[in-house]
Amino acid sequence: MIPAQFDYLAPTTVEEALAALAEHGDDAKIIAGGQSLLPVLRMRLNAPEFVIDIGRIDSLRGVSDDGDAIVIGAMTTHVDVGKDPLVAEHATLVTKAIEHLADAQVRHRGTFGGALAHADPAGDLGAPALALDAEFVITGSGGERRVAAADFFEDFMTTAIADDEILTSVRIPKHTGWGAHYEKFVRVAHQWPIVAVAATVKTDGGTISEARVGLTNMGSVPLRATSVEQALVGQPATDDAVRRAAASAAEGTNPPSDLNGDADYRKHLATVLTRRAVLAAAGA
Amino acid sequence: MTKIEVTVDGAKVSDEVEPRMLLVQYLREKLGKTGTVIGCDTSNCGACTVHLDGRSVKSCNVLAVQADGHEVTTIEGLAKDGALHPMQAAFHECHALQCGFCTPGMVMQSIDLLNDNPKPDEQQIRQGLEGNLCRCTGYHNIVRAVQTASGQEVNK
Repeated sequence: MIPAQFDYLAPTTVEEALAALAEHGDDAKIIAGGQSLLPVLRMRLNAPEFVIDIGRIDSLRGVSDDGDAIVIGAMTTHVDVGKDPLVAEHATLVTKAIEHLADAQVRHRGTFGGALAHADPAGDLGAPALALDAEFVITGSGGERRVAAADFFEDFMTTAIADDEILTSVRIPKHTGWGAHYEKFVRVAHQWPIVAVAATVKTDGGTISEARVGLTNMGSVPLRATSVEQALVGQPATDDAVRRAAASAAEGTNPPSDLNGDADYRKHLATVLTRRAVLAAAGA
Repeated sequence: MTKIEVTVDGAKVSDEVEPRMLLVQYLREKLGKTGTVIGCDTSNCGACTVHLDGRSVKSCNVLAVQADGHEVTTIEGLAKDGALHPMQAAFHECHALQCGFCTPGMVMQSIDLLNDNPKPDEQQIRQGLEGNLCRCTGYHNIVRAVQTASGQEVNK
């Protein structure tokens, strides 16, 4: 399978990329690592006239410390984010999610920003970004704006990024010392999760003092299990207590039904995986 | 057409390619390096795995133009002076193939795995190869080959 013909542009600065977007607008598509886009182009589900490759913009790569937050450049590959010591220390949940994201070859090529901008509800990074209250830095001709994770994911594969804008980095507030776990349920290795749960918790002497829980593939966008988060506060990190809190994990969700399982099955999975993820995050 | 310059298996090549040309097509159709095979053509099976700047990638999921200015190593660039690469030798010794179609990708990914983790345990080997499918399901001997190449005790 070969993509339809397109013209290829390879800007080396964000300004050049924005100029290319402004010129070609609706007919253009940005390629980051290409691990999601190329299969789409090969299957001809999309056939843009222009492909703008932002892989040669060096300023979009790397992780930096910015006081209360760490900043992950949009074009930082999964493998580089997964091995980054700043991420491991301050956003452990991201490190955990990347361990089981796709496979090694895809992690070498795919990018943090590309996967989030693709916004597949079964993607592994949306729920952690949501749970950690990440902020998305989106750049357009008028400059930068920041969008909260809760507002970034608008619908199935639809984000707050406008046609003439580029996601340039993601800021993650530091969650230093929080335990974290990403519990992913798959039928086949290296596939998208049927359901996955991203949990990060702060514990104090065996008691959970704060909790954040994100759900993957439980609706058209990543979701927060806020009722579970609230129910966990002040609870001991024991199987019984966490099981009770996790019982409401599927509240307000609208999961898909497909060959891997119907919506009710996914709702059940969400409660089980939430319990496992929270217990593992709490080190219990 | 877009001009590209790529180093493939140690040799610099320059070409004019259509932007939509996949790296695997470029290697096979323009350079004749048919050692790299196309398996599923959906970026699942890993048969087309090559190294791009020293890291494994699925060459059906990279455009040739994206490789411009970079270095590609294929299965054909591993043997030196007629001597098999230690991973190729280990695959041979352990009979880590049945039909052999997945072998080029398996060897390339196994080398990447050991570059990253020189002494992986069995679980790490299996996880490290999760992006490579063997439709003969001959995984056991492949794991043994990686254990052999890493100088570790081999599963019975």
